[in-house]
Amino acid sequence: MEVRAELKYTEEHEWLSIQGNKATLGITDFAQNKLGDIVFVELPEVGTIVEAGETIGNIESVKAVSEIFCPVAGEVTEVNKDLEDEPDLVNTSCFDDGWIVKIRIDSSDLTDANLMSDEEYTQHCANE
Amino acid sequence: MRYFPNDPQTRQEMLQRIGVSRPEDLFAAIPANLQLTSLLNISAPRSEYALLKELKAKAASYPSELPSFLGAGVYRRFIPSAIAPIVSRAEFLTAYTPYQPEVSQGTLQAMFEFQTMLSLLTGMEVANASMYEGASATAEAVMMAKRVYAKGSKVLVSAGLHPEYLETLRTYLSFGDLELVLIPLQANGQTDLEALKAQLDETALCSVLQRVNFYGVIEDASAHAALLEGFKALNIEVLPEMTALGLLKTPGELGVDIFVGEGQSLGLPVSYGGPNLGVFACKAEFMRKMPGRLSGMTEDSRGERAFCLTLSTREQHIRREKATSNICSNQALMALWVTIYLSLLGKSGLRQLAQTNLTLADYARQQMGAAGLKLRYSGAVYNEFVLELPCNAGLWVDKIQHEGLLAGVNLNRFNAEDESGLLLSFTELNSKQEIDLLVSKLKELL
Repeated sequence: MEVRAELKYTEEHEWLSIQGNKATLGITDFAQNKLGDIVFVELPEVGTIVEAGETIGNIESVKAVSEIFCPVAGEVTEVNKDLEDEPDLVNTSCFDDGWIVKIRIDSSDLTDANLMSDEEYTQHCANE
Repeated sequence: MRYFPNDPQTRQEMLQRIGVSRPEDLFAAIPANLQLTSLLNISAPRSEYALLKELKAKAASYPSELPSFLGAGVYRRFIPSAIAPIVSRAEFLTAYTPYQPEVSQGTLQAMFEFQTMLSLLTGMEVANASMYEGASATAEAVMMAKRVYAKGSKVLVSAGLHPEYLETLRTYLSFGDLELVLIPLQANGQTDLEALKAQLDETALCSVLQRVNFYGVIEDASAHAALLEGFKALNIEVLPEMTALGLLKTPGELGVDIFVGEGQSLGLPVSYGGPNLGVFACKAEFMRKMPGRLSGMTEDSRGERAFCLTLSTREQHIRREKATSNICSNQALMALWVTIYLSLLGKSGLRQLAQTNLTLADYARQQMGAAGLKLRYSGAVYNEFVLELPCNAGLWVDKIQHEGLLAGVNLNRFNAEDESGLLLSFTELNSKQEIDLLVSKLKELL
Protein backbone atom coordinates (compact mmCIF):
# COMPACT_ATOMS: atom_id res chain seq x y z
CA MET A 1 0.00 0.00 0.00
CA GLU A 2 1.36 3.37 -1.02
CA VAL A 3 1.01 6.38 1.30
CA ARG A 4 2.58 9.70 0.43
CA ALA A 5 4.16 11.89 3.07
CA GLU A 6 3.22 15.24 1.52
CA LEU A 7 -0.53 14.51 1.58
CA LYS A 8 -3.28 14.72 4.21
CA TYR A 9 -5.82 11.94 4.70
CA THR A 10 -9.40 11.44 5.87
CA GLU A 11 -11.01 8.59 7.78
CA GLU A 12 -13.06 7.83 4.66
CA HIS A 13 -9.86 7.26 2.67
CA GLU A 14 -9.65 10.45 0.64
CA TRP A 15 -6.33 12.22 0.22
CA LEU A 16 -5.85 15.98 -0.01
CA SER A 17 -2.96 17.92 -1.43
CA ILE A 18 -3.21 21.42 0.05
CA GLN A 19 -1.45 24.51 -1.31
CA GLY A 20 -2.64 27.69 0.35
CA ASN A 21 -6.40 27.82 -0.18
CA LYS A 22 -6.34 25.26 -3.00
CA ALA A 23 -6.81 21.58 -2.48
CA THR A 24 -6.76 18.59 -4.80
CA LEU A 25 -8.73 15.55 -3.67
CA GLY A 26 -8.62 11.88 -4.64
CA ILE A 27 -9.03 8.48 -3.03
CA THR A 28 -6.16 6.56 -1.51
CA ASP A 29 -4.35 3.48 -2.73
CA PHE A 30 -5.89 1.55 0.17
CA ALA A 31 -9.40 2.63 -0.96
CA GLN A 32 -8.94 1.85 -4.67
CA ASN A 33 -7.53 -1.54 -3.77
CA LYS A 34 -10.51 -2.34 -1.51
CA LEU A 35 -13.03 -1.17 -4.13
CA GLY A 36 -11.60 -3.24 -6.96
CA ASP A 37 -12.12 -2.39 -10.63
CA ILE A 38 -13.62 1.08 -10.84
CA VAL A 39 -16.14 1.43 -13.66
CA PHE A 40 -17.63 4.88 -13.12
CA VAL A 41 -16.87 8.07 -11.24
CA GLU A 42 -19.69 10.53 -10.74
CA LEU A 43 -18.21 14.02 -10.58
CA PRO A 44 -19.76 17.21 -9.19
CA GLU A 45 -20.26 20.25 -11.39
CA VAL A 46 -17.64 22.97 -11.40
CA GLY A 47 -18.91 25.78 -9.20
CA THR A 48 -20.62 23.48 -6.70
CA ILE A 49 -20.41 24.87 -3.18
CA VAL A 50 -19.64 22.14 -0.65
CA GLU A 51 -19.95 22.03 3.10
CA ALA A 52 -17.30 20.23 5.11
CA GLY A 53 -18.15 16.51 5.29
CA GLU A 54 -20.56 16.64 2.34
CA THR A 55 -20.72 14.11 -0.48
CA ILE A 56 -19.32 15.44 -3.74
CA GLY A 57 -19.66 12.37 -5.89
CA ASN A 58 -19.70 8.60 -6.13
CA ILE A 59 -17.25 5.94 -7.17
CA GLU A 60 -18.73 2.82 -8.65
CA SER A 61 -16.75 -0.39 -8.79
CA VAL A 62 -17.94 -3.75 -10.05
CA LYS A 63 -19.08 -4.65 -6.56
CA ALA A 64 -20.10 -1.44 -4.81
CA VAL A 65 -20.80 2.25 -4.96
CA SER A 66 -19.00 4.48 -2.47
CA GLU A 67 -19.49 8.13 -1.79
CA ILE A 68 -16.69 10.64 -2.05
CA PHE A 69 -16.68 12.97 0.94
CA CYS A 70 -15.13 16.41 0.98
CA PRO A 71 -13.62 17.13 4.41
CA VAL A 72 -13.36 20.89 3.85
CA ALA A 73 -15.84 23.61 2.90
CA GLY A 74 -15.28 25.42 -0.37
CA GLU A 75 -16.06 25.60 -4.05
CA VAL A 76 -15.29 23.03 -6.71
CA THR A 77 -13.00 24.76 -9.24
CA GLU A 78 -12.07 21.82 -11.46
CA VAL A 79 -13.06 18.18 -11.97
CA ASN A 80 -11.01 15.44 -13.61
CA LYS A 81 -12.88 15.00 -16.91
CA ASP A 82 -10.50 12.18 -17.94
CA LEU A 83 -12.30 9.95 -15.44
CA GLU A 84 -15.48 10.08 -17.56
CA ASP A 85 -13.82 7.91 -20.20
CA GLU A 86 -11.11 6.29 -18.11
CA PRO A 87 -12.46 5.70 -14.61
CA ASP A 88 -9.77 3.06 -14.06
CA LEU A 89 -7.20 5.87 -13.73
CA VAL A 90 -8.31 5.81 -10.10
CA ASN A 91 -7.03 2.23 -9.93
CA THR A 92 -3.83 2.72 -11.89
CA SER A 93 -2.79 6.18 -10.68
CA CYS A 94 -4.85 7.19 -7.66
CA PHE A 95 -2.45 9.90 -6.46
CA ASP A 96 -1.62 11.43 -9.85
CA ASP A 97 -3.75 11.03 -13.01
CA GLY A 98 -6.64 9.65 -10.95
CA TRP A 99 -7.25 12.83 -8.92
CA ILE A 100 -10.95 13.66 -8.65
CA VAL A 101 -11.64 17.34 -7.89
CA LYS A 102 -9.89 20.61 -7.10
CA ILE A 103 -11.42 22.84 -4.47
CA ARG A 104 -10.96 26.44 -3.35
CA ILE A 105 -11.07 26.15 0.42
CA ASP A 106 -13.15 28.70 2.35
CA SER A 107 -10.91 28.86 5.37
CA SER A 108 -7.29 27.99 5.77
CA ASP A 109 -7.97 26.78 9.30
CA LEU A 110 -8.32 23.04 8.79
CA THR A 111 -8.26 21.90 12.40
CA ASP A 112 -11.97 20.92 12.25
CA ALA A 113 -11.41 18.74 9.20
CA ASN A 114 -9.74 16.02 11.28
CA LEU A 115 -7.12 15.40 8.63
CA MET A 116 -4.47 12.78 9.29
CA SER A 117 -0.78 12.69 8.48
CA ASP A 118 0.68 9.83 6.46
CA GLU A 119 1.73 8.03 9.64
CA GLU A 120 -1.65 8.44 11.32
CA TYR A 121 -3.36 7.26 8.14
CA THR A 122 -1.15 4.17 7.88
CA GLN A 123 -2.17 3.33 11.44
CA HIS A 124 -5.84 4.02 10.58
CA CYS A 125 -5.68 1.53 7.69
CA ALA A 126 -3.98 -1.06 9.87
CA ASN A 127 -6.95 -0.83 12.27
CA GLU A 128 -9.60 -1.32 9.57
CA MET B 1 -35.94 -27.20 1.74
CA ARG B 2 -38.76 -29.10 3.42
CA TYR B 3 -42.19 -27.59 3.66
CA PHE B 4 -43.51 -29.45 6.73
CA PRO B 5 -45.38 -27.27 9.19
CA ASN B 6 -43.96 -27.06 12.69
CA ASP B 7 -45.55 -29.43 15.23
CA PRO B 8 -47.01 -28.01 18.46
CA GLN B 9 -43.91 -28.92 20.46
CA THR B 10 -41.56 -27.08 18.05
CA ARG B 11 -43.87 -24.09 18.09
CA GLN B 12 -43.80 -24.04 21.89
CA GLU B 13 -39.99 -24.15 21.82
CA MET B 14 -39.85 -21.29 19.32
CA LEU B 15 -42.16 -19.17 21.49
CA GLN B 16 -40.03 -19.89 24.55
CA ARG B 17 -36.87 -18.95 22.72
CA ILE B 18 -38.20 -15.48 21.85
CA GLY B 19 -39.82 -15.05 25.25
CA VAL B 20 -43.49 -15.12 24.26
CA SER B 21 -45.99 -17.34 26.04
CA ARG B 22 -48.81 -17.63 23.47
CA PRO B 23 -48.87 -17.18 19.66
CA GLU B 24 -51.59 -14.50 20.15
CA ASP B 25 -49.01 -12.33 21.94
CA LEU B 26 -47.17 -11.96 18.64
CA PHE B 27 -50.06 -9.79 17.47
CA ALA B 28 -50.11 -7.56 20.54
CA ALA B 29 -49.18 -4.54 18.40
CA ILE B 30 -52.57 -4.77 16.66
CA PRO B 31 -55.27 -3.00 18.72
CA ALA B 32 -57.64 -5.51 20.34
CA ASN B 33 -60.72 -4.09 18.58
CA LEU B 34 -59.11 -4.81 15.20
CA GLN B 35 -58.24 -8.40 16.01
CA LEU B 36 -60.53 -11.13 14.75
CA THR B 37 -61.75 -13.21 17.66
CA SER B 38 -64.54 -15.21 16.04
CA LEU B 39 -64.81 -17.19 12.83
CA LEU B 40 -65.51 -15.37 9.57
CA ASN B 41 -69.18 -15.10 8.76
CA ILE B 42 -69.11 -17.29 5.67
CA SER B 43 -71.05 -20.37 4.68
CA ALA B 44 -69.99 -23.90 5.51
CA PRO B 45 -67.38 -25.68 3.41
CA ARG B 46 -68.48 -27.74 0.41
CA SER B 47 -66.89 -29.86 -2.27
CA GLU B 48 -64.91 -28.34 -5.12
CA TYR B 49 -67.53 -29.51 -7.60
CA ALA B 50 -70.40 -28.00 -5.64
CA LEU B 51 -68.51 -24.74 -5.29
CA LEU B 52 -67.71 -24.48 -9.00
CA LYS B 53 -71.34 -25.19 -9.89
CA GLU B 54 -72.54 -22.48 -7.56
CA LEU B 55 -70.02 -19.91 -8.81
CA LYS B 56 -70.79 -20.66 -12.46
CA ALA B 57 -74.50 -20.23 -11.84
CA LYS B 58 -73.81 -16.92 -10.12
CA ALA B 59 -71.52 -15.73 -12.94
CA ALA B 60 -74.16 -16.63 -15.54
CA SER B 61 -76.67 -14.35 -13.85
CA TYR B 62 -74.52 -11.33 -14.77
CA PRO B 63 -74.12 -10.06 -18.32
CA SER B 64 -70.55 -10.84 -19.36
CA GLU B 65 -69.72 -8.92 -22.53
CA LEU B 66 -71.54 -5.60 -22.41
CA PRO B 67 -70.34 -3.18 -25.07
CA SER B 68 -67.99 -0.99 -23.04
CA PHE B 69 -66.69 2.54 -23.47
CA LEU B 70 -64.72 2.52 -20.24
CA GLY B 71 -61.11 3.66 -20.35
CA ALA B 72 -59.67 6.32 -18.05
CA GLY B 73 -56.26 4.72 -17.76
CA VAL B 74 -57.12 1.08 -18.45
CA TYR B 75 -57.79 0.09 -22.05
CA ARG B 76 -59.53 -2.91 -23.56
CA ARG B 77 -57.48 -4.62 -26.23
CA PHE B 78 -57.91 -7.54 -28.53
CA ILE B 79 -55.44 -10.07 -27.15
CA PRO B 80 -54.01 -12.59 -29.63
CA SER B 81 -54.52 -16.17 -28.43
CA ALA B 82 -50.82 -17.04 -28.80
CA ILE B 83 -49.77 -14.91 -25.83
CA ALA B 84 -51.24 -16.81 -22.88
CA PRO B 85 -49.75 -20.24 -23.76
CA ILE B 86 -46.26 -18.77 -24.24
CA VAL B 87 -46.39 -16.73 -21.04
CA SER B 88 -47.68 -19.78 -19.17
CA ARG B 89 -44.65 -21.90 -20.00
CA ALA B 90 -43.20 -23.26 -16.78
CA GLU B 91 -39.76 -21.79 -17.49
CA PHE B 92 -41.22 -18.30 -17.48
CA LEU B 93 -43.85 -18.83 -14.80
CA THR B 94 -41.44 -20.14 -12.19
CA ALA B 95 -38.25 -18.18 -12.88
CA TYR B 96 -38.24 -15.24 -10.54
CA THR B 97 -35.29 -13.13 -9.52
CA PRO B 98 -32.59 -13.78 -12.13
CA TYR B 99 -29.60 -12.99 -9.91
CA GLN B 100 -27.85 -16.13 -11.17
CA PRO B 101 -27.42 -15.44 -14.88
CA GLU B 102 -26.06 -18.94 -15.55
CA VAL B 103 -29.49 -20.43 -14.84
CA SER B 104 -31.70 -17.53 -15.95
CA GLN B 105 -30.75 -16.84 -19.56
CA GLY B 106 -34.32 -17.19 -20.85
CA THR B 107 -35.82 -14.76 -18.36
CA LEU B 108 -32.95 -12.32 -18.80
CA GLN B 109 -33.24 -12.41 -22.57
CA ALA B 110 -37.00 -11.84 -22.38
CA MET B 111 -36.32 -8.78 -20.20
CA PHE B 112 -33.68 -7.58 -22.63
CA GLU B 113 -36.05 -7.93 -25.59
CA PHE B 114 -38.73 -6.04 -23.66
CA GLN B 115 -36.31 -3.20 -22.95
CA THR B 116 -35.23 -3.12 -26.60
CA MET B 117 -38.82 -2.97 -27.89
CA LEU B 118 -39.83 -0.28 -25.43
CA SER B 119 -36.72 1.68 -26.30
CA LEU B 120 -37.63 1.46 -30.01
CA LEU B 121 -41.27 2.33 -29.38
CA THR B 122 -40.49 5.39 -27.26
CA GLY B 123 -37.33 6.47 -29.02
CA MET B 124 -35.66 6.71 -25.62
CA GLU B 125 -32.09 5.47 -25.21
CA VAL B 126 -32.61 3.26 -22.15
CA ALA B 127 -35.71 1.43 -20.91
CA ASN B 128 -35.69 -0.65 -17.73
CA ALA B 129 -37.17 -4.10 -17.21
CA SER B 130 -40.44 -2.47 -15.99
CA MET B 131 -41.93 -1.06 -12.82
CA TYR B 132 -45.18 -2.09 -11.12
CA GLU B 133 -47.62 0.31 -12.78
CA GLY B 134 -47.84 3.76 -14.33
CA ALA B 135 -48.80 5.71 -11.19
CA SER B 136 -45.87 4.69 -8.99
CA ALA B 137 -43.56 4.82 -12.02
CA THR B 138 -44.56 8.49 -12.40
CA ALA B 139 -43.66 9.14 -8.77
CA GLU B 140 -40.38 7.26 -9.32
CA ALA B 141 -39.64 9.54 -12.29
CA VAL B 142 -40.01 12.61 -10.07
CA MET B 143 -37.77 11.03 -7.41
CA MET B 144 -35.23 10.33 -10.15
CA ALA B 145 -35.39 13.93 -11.37
CA LYS B 146 -34.32 14.97 -7.88
CA ARG B 147 -31.25 12.74 -8.17
CA VAL B 148 -30.40 14.32 -11.53
CA TYR B 149 -31.04 17.93 -10.50
CA ALA B 150 -30.43 18.06 -6.77
CA LYS B 151 -31.14 21.79 -6.45
CA GLY B 152 -34.62 21.59 -7.92
CA SER B 153 -37.53 21.62 -5.50
CA LYS B 154 -40.66 22.55 -7.43
CA VAL B 155 -42.52 19.71 -9.12
CA LEU B 156 -44.68 21.14 -11.89
CA VAL B 157 -47.53 18.83 -12.77
CA SER B 158 -50.12 19.28 -15.49
CA ALA B 159 -53.72 19.05 -14.26
CA GLY B 160 -54.20 16.65 -17.17
CA LEU B 161 -52.30 13.95 -15.28
CA HIS B 162 -54.44 10.93 -14.35
CA PRO B 163 -55.97 11.80 -10.93
CA GLU B 164 -54.85 8.48 -9.46
CA TYR B 165 -51.28 9.08 -10.66
CA LEU B 166 -51.46 12.53 -9.09
CA GLU B 167 -52.68 11.05 -5.82
CA THR B 168 -49.81 8.55 -5.82
CA LEU B 169 -47.33 11.33 -6.54
CA ARG B 170 -48.77 13.42 -3.69
CA THR B 171 -48.32 10.47 -1.34
CA TYR B 172 -44.65 10.17 -2.33
CA LEU B 173 -44.16 13.92 -1.98
CA SER B 174 -45.75 14.07 1.46
CA PHE B 175 -42.36 12.88 2.69
CA GLY B 176 -39.42 15.16 1.93
CA ASP B 177 -39.41 18.80 0.91
CA LEU B 178 -40.48 18.82 -2.72
CA GLU B 179 -43.37 21.15 -3.53
CA LEU B 180 -46.06 20.20 -6.03
CA VAL B 181 -47.47 22.93 -8.25
CA LEU B 182 -50.46 22.03 -10.39
CA ILE B 183 -50.55 23.66 -13.83
CA PRO B 184 -54.18 24.17 -14.96
CA LEU B 185 -55.75 23.22 -18.28
CA GLN B 186 -56.96 25.77 -20.81
CA ALA B 187 -60.50 25.83 -22.14
CA ASN B 188 -59.49 23.56 -25.06
CA GLY B 189 -58.31 20.87 -22.65
CA GLN B 190 -54.58 21.35 -23.20
CA THR B 191 -52.23 22.27 -20.37
CA ASP B 192 -51.86 26.02 -19.99
CA LEU B 193 -48.24 26.44 -21.12
CA GLU B 194 -48.28 30.15 -20.23
CA ALA B 195 -49.05 29.20 -16.63
CA LEU B 196 -46.24 26.66 -16.80
CA LYS B 197 -43.86 29.28 -18.17
CA ALA B 198 -44.62 31.55 -15.23
CA GLN B 199 -43.47 28.80 -12.86
CA LEU B 200 -40.21 28.02 -14.64
CA ASP B 201 -37.13 29.14 -12.78
CA GLU B 202 -34.03 27.49 -11.34
CA THR B 203 -36.03 25.92 -8.52
CA ALA B 204 -38.22 24.02 -11.01
CA LEU B 205 -37.25 20.35 -10.68
CA CYS B 206 -39.33 18.88 -13.48
CA SER B 207 -42.47 19.29 -15.53
CA VAL B 208 -44.78 16.28 -15.66
CA LEU B 209 -47.00 16.24 -18.74
CA GLN B 210 -49.39 13.44 -19.67
CA ARG B 211 -49.01 13.40 -23.45
CA VAL B 212 -52.55 12.28 -24.23
CA ASN B 213 -54.01 13.70 -21.08
CA PHE B 214 -56.55 12.16 -18.74
CA TYR B 215 -59.38 13.95 -20.55
CA GLY B 216 -58.24 12.53 -23.87
CA VAL B 217 -56.73 15.72 -25.28
CA ILE B 218 -53.36 15.49 -27.05
CA GLU B 219 -50.89 17.92 -25.52
CA ASP B 220 -48.53 20.11 -27.53
CA ALA B 221 -45.44 18.17 -26.49
CA SER B 222 -43.16 20.06 -28.91
CA ALA B 223 -44.12 23.41 -27.39
CA HIS B 224 -43.71 21.90 -23.92
CA ALA B 225 -40.19 20.70 -24.77
CA ALA B 226 -39.28 24.08 -26.30
CA LEU B 227 -40.49 25.86 -23.18
CA LEU B 228 -38.21 23.79 -20.96
CA GLU B 229 -35.13 24.51 -23.05
CA GLY B 230 -32.65 26.62 -21.13
CA PHE B 231 -33.97 25.37 -17.79
CA LYS B 232 -32.58 22.50 -15.76
CA ALA B 233 -36.08 21.22 -15.06
CA LEU B 234 -36.50 17.72 -16.47
CA ASN B 235 -39.11 16.98 -19.09
CA ILE B 236 -41.17 14.01 -17.85
CA GLU B 237 -43.71 12.53 -20.25
CA VAL B 238 -46.47 10.25 -18.96
CA LEU B 239 -48.58 8.14 -21.32
CA PRO B 240 -51.14 5.65 -19.99
CA GLU B 241 -52.50 4.75 -23.46
CA MET B 242 -49.26 3.70 -25.12
CA THR B 243 -50.76 2.57 -28.43
CA ALA B 244 -50.92 6.29 -29.26
CA LEU B 245 -47.19 5.97 -29.98
CA GLY B 246 -48.22 4.15 -33.16
CA LEU B 247 -49.08 7.60 -34.54
CA LEU B 248 -47.45 10.23 -32.34
CA LYS B 249 -43.87 11.43 -32.55
CA THR B 250 -41.76 9.51 -30.05
CA PRO B 251 -40.82 11.16 -26.75
CA GLY B 252 -37.19 10.51 -27.74
CA GLU B 253 -37.60 12.70 -30.82
CA LEU B 254 -39.10 15.45 -28.67
CA GLY B 255 -36.18 15.52 -26.25
CA VAL B 256 -38.08 14.07 -23.29
CA ASP B 257 -35.75 13.27 -20.35
CA ILE B 258 -37.83 10.59 -18.62
CA PHE B 259 -40.74 8.68 -20.13
CA VAL B 260 -43.30 6.80 -18.07
CA GLY B 261 -46.04 4.66 -19.54
CA GLU B 262 -48.72 2.20 -18.50
CA GLY B 263 -47.93 -1.08 -20.24
CA GLN B 264 -51.46 -2.42 -19.61
CA SER B 265 -52.47 -0.58 -22.76
CA LEU B 266 -50.14 -2.88 -24.73
CA GLY B 267 -52.34 -5.95 -24.66
CA LEU B 268 -52.70 -6.82 -20.99
CA PRO B 269 -56.13 -8.11 -19.98
CA VAL B 270 -58.56 -5.93 -18.08
CA SER B 271 -59.35 -7.86 -14.95
CA TYR B 272 -60.38 -5.62 -12.08
CA GLY B 273 -58.07 -3.05 -13.66
CA GLY B 274 -54.94 -5.11 -14.04
CA PRO B 275 -52.37 -6.51 -13.63
CA ASN B 276 -50.60 -3.39 -14.70
CA LEU B 277 -47.10 -2.71 -15.91
CA GLY B 278 -44.97 0.37 -15.38
CA VAL B 279 -42.89 1.37 -18.39
CA PHE B 280 -39.86 3.49 -17.57
CA ALA B 281 -37.30 4.92 -19.99
CA CYS B 282 -34.82 7.77 -20.02
CA LYS B 283 -31.85 9.39 -21.73
CA ALA B 284 -28.61 7.41 -21.49
CA GLU B 285 -26.90 10.20 -19.56
CA PHE B 286 -29.29 9.61 -16.63
CA MET B 287 -29.04 5.81 -16.64
CA ARG B 288 -27.21 5.57 -13.33
CA LYS B 289 -30.00 7.56 -11.64
CA MET B 290 -32.70 5.19 -12.90
CA PRO B 291 -34.85 3.05 -10.63
CA GLY B 292 -35.55 -0.60 -11.32
CA ARG B 293 -33.64 -3.42 -12.83
CA LEU B 294 -31.90 -3.60 -16.17
CA SER B 295 -30.93 -6.63 -18.20
CA GLY B 296 -27.79 -6.21 -20.26
CA MET B 297 -26.16 -8.10 -23.08
CA THR B 298 -22.63 -9.32 -22.55
CA GLU B 299 -20.31 -12.25 -23.37
CA ASP B 300 -19.79 -15.38 -21.34
CA SER B 301 -16.42 -17.05 -20.65
CA ARG B 302 -16.53 -18.69 -24.09
CA GLY B 303 -17.13 -15.40 -25.84
CA GLU B 304 -20.76 -16.22 -26.62
CA ARG B 305 -23.70 -13.83 -26.30
CA ALA B 306 -25.15 -13.89 -22.79
CA PHE B 307 -27.44 -11.76 -20.64
CA CYS B 308 -27.10 -10.56 -17.06
CA LEU B 309 -28.54 -7.95 -14.72
CA THR B 310 -26.49 -4.82 -15.15
CA LEU B 311 -25.86 -1.53 -13.34
CA SER B 312 -27.05 -3.31 -10.21
CA THR B 313 -25.04 -0.96 -8.04
CA ARG B 314 -28.08 1.35 -8.20
CA GLU B 315 -30.18 -1.29 -6.54
CA GLN B 316 -31.15 -2.09 -2.99
CA HIS B 317 -29.37 -5.42 -2.60
CA ILE B 318 -26.05 -3.67 -3.19
CA ARG B 319 -26.59 -0.04 -2.33
CA ARG B 320 -28.93 -0.42 0.65
CA GLU B 321 -30.54 2.84 1.79
CA LYS B 322 -28.76 4.83 -0.95
CA ALA B 323 -30.40 2.78 -3.72
CA THR B 324 -32.16 4.73 -6.46
CA SER B 325 -35.46 3.09 -5.56
CA ASN B 326 -36.93 0.57 -3.16
CA ILE B 327 -38.34 -1.26 -6.16
CA CYS B 328 -35.90 -4.07 -6.84
CA SER B 329 -38.21 -6.38 -8.75
CA ASN B 330 -40.20 -6.02 -11.95
CA GLN B 331 -43.42 -7.25 -13.52
CA ALA B 332 -41.50 -9.93 -15.40
CA LEU B 333 -44.46 -11.96 -16.60
CA MET B 334 -46.46 -8.94 -17.70
CA ALA B 335 -43.38 -7.50 -19.42
CA LEU B 336 -43.05 -10.79 -21.29
CA TRP B 337 -46.74 -10.58 -22.21
CA VAL B 338 -46.24 -7.12 -23.70
CA THR B 339 -43.09 -8.28 -25.52
CA ILE B 340 -45.06 -11.04 -27.22
CA TYR B 341 -47.97 -8.70 -27.94
CA LEU B 342 -45.70 -6.15 -29.60
CA SER B 343 -43.84 -8.77 -31.61
CA LEU B 344 -47.14 -10.17 -32.91
CA LEU B 345 -48.33 -6.71 -33.93
CA GLY B 346 -45.09 -5.45 -35.40
CA LYS B 347 -44.46 -1.84 -36.35
CA SER B 348 -47.13 -1.59 -39.04
CA GLY B 349 -49.63 -3.50 -36.91
CA LEU B 350 -49.25 -1.03 -34.08
CA ARG B 351 -49.68 1.87 -36.46
CA GLN B 352 -52.87 0.30 -37.89
CA LEU B 353 -54.15 -0.33 -34.39
CA ALA B 354 -53.56 3.28 -33.40
CA GLN B 355 -55.25 4.43 -36.62
CA THR B 356 -58.29 2.24 -35.85
CA ASN B 357 -58.58 3.71 -32.36
CA LEU B 358 -58.27 7.25 -33.67
CA THR B 359 -60.80 6.67 -36.46
CA LEU B 360 -63.40 5.14 -34.13
CA ALA B 361 -63.11 7.97 -31.62
CA ASP B 362 -63.34 10.48 -34.44
CA TYR B 363 -66.45 8.76 -35.79
CA ALA B 364 -68.01 8.82 -32.32
CA ARG B 365 -67.18 12.48 -31.91
CA GLN B 366 -68.83 13.36 -35.19
CA GLN B 367 -71.93 11.25 -34.53
CA MET B 368 -72.33 12.68 -31.03
CA GLY B 369 -71.86 16.22 -32.30
CA ALA B 370 -74.49 15.64 -34.95
CA ALA B 371 -76.83 14.24 -32.29
CA GLY B 372 -76.57 17.49 -30.34
CA LEU B 373 -74.28 16.21 -27.59
CA LYS B 374 -71.69 18.63 -26.30
CA LEU B 375 -67.95 18.02 -26.01
CA ARG B 376 -66.22 19.58 -23.03
CA TYR B 377 -62.94 20.29 -24.83
CA SER B 378 -62.16 21.31 -28.37
CA GLY B 379 -58.55 20.04 -28.41
CA ALA B 380 -57.50 17.16 -30.68
CA VAL B 381 -57.99 13.70 -29.18
CA TYR B 382 -56.70 10.17 -29.71
CA ASN B 383 -59.23 7.56 -28.54
CA GLU B 384 -60.90 9.22 -25.56
CA PHE B 385 -62.89 12.36 -24.91
CA VAL B 386 -65.20 14.04 -22.40
CA LEU B 387 -68.88 14.71 -23.00
CA GLU B 388 -70.41 17.63 -21.14
CA LEU B 389 -73.84 16.30 -20.19
CA PRO B 390 -76.79 18.56 -19.45
CA CYS B 391 -77.34 16.77 -16.14
CA ASN B 392 -75.77 14.39 -13.66
CA ALA B 393 -73.46 11.97 -15.48
CA GLY B 394 -74.09 9.22 -12.91
CA LEU B 395 -77.80 9.13 -13.77
CA TRP B 396 -77.08 8.67 -17.46
CA VAL B 397 -74.46 6.00 -16.84
CA ASP B 398 -76.98 4.04 -14.73
CA LYS B 399 -79.79 4.42 -17.25
CA ILE B 400 -77.63 3.31 -20.18
CA GLN B 401 -76.25 0.39 -18.20
CA HIS B 402 -79.82 -0.86 -17.79
CA GLU B 403 -80.01 -0.85 -21.57
CA GLY B 404 -76.94 -3.07 -21.76
CA LEU B 405 -74.14 -0.59 -22.44
CA LEU B 406 -71.28 0.66 -20.27
CA ALA B 407 -71.41 4.28 -21.41
CA GLY B 408 -68.17 5.59 -19.93
CA VAL B 409 -66.53 6.76 -16.73
CA ASN B 410 -68.33 9.30 -14.60
CA LEU B 411 -65.72 11.98 -13.83
CA ASN B 412 -67.42 12.63 -10.52
CA ARG B 413 -65.53 9.58 -9.31
CA PHE B 414 -62.30 11.61 -9.52
CA ASN B 415 -63.58 15.08 -8.72
CA ALA B 416 -66.54 15.70 -6.40
CA GLU B 417 -67.29 19.03 -8.10
CA ASP B 418 -67.52 17.51 -11.55
CA GLU B 419 -71.10 16.26 -11.98
CA SER B 420 -71.61 16.52 -15.69
CA GLY B 421 -68.47 15.04 -17.22
CA LEU B 422 -68.51 11.63 -18.90
CA LEU B 423 -65.20 10.21 -20.13
CA LEU B 424 -65.61 7.83 -23.07
CA SER B 425 -62.99 5.57 -24.57
CA PHE B 426 -62.97 3.86 -27.97
CA THR B 427 -60.70 0.97 -28.84
CA GLU B 428 -60.49 -1.62 -31.60
CA LEU B 429 -63.01 -3.68 -29.61
CA ASN B 430 -65.77 -1.15 -30.27
CA SER B 431 -67.63 -1.54 -33.56
CA LYS B 432 -69.35 1.29 -35.39
CA GLN B 433 -72.67 -0.44 -34.63
CA GLU B 434 -71.90 -0.26 -30.92
CA ILE B 435 -71.06 3.40 -31.23
CA ASP B 436 -74.28 4.07 -33.16
CA LEU B 437 -76.23 2.28 -30.43
CA LEU B 438 -74.52 4.37 -27.73
CA VAL B 439 -75.23 7.60 -29.63
CA SER B 440 -78.89 6.69 -29.98
CA LYS B 441 -79.19 5.89 -26.26
CA LEU B 442 -77.49 9.15 -25.31
CA LYS B 443 -79.72 11.07 -27.71
CA GLU B 444 -82.83 9.59 -26.14
CA LEU B 445 -81.78 11.06 -22.82
CA LEU B 446 -81.20 14.56 -24.15
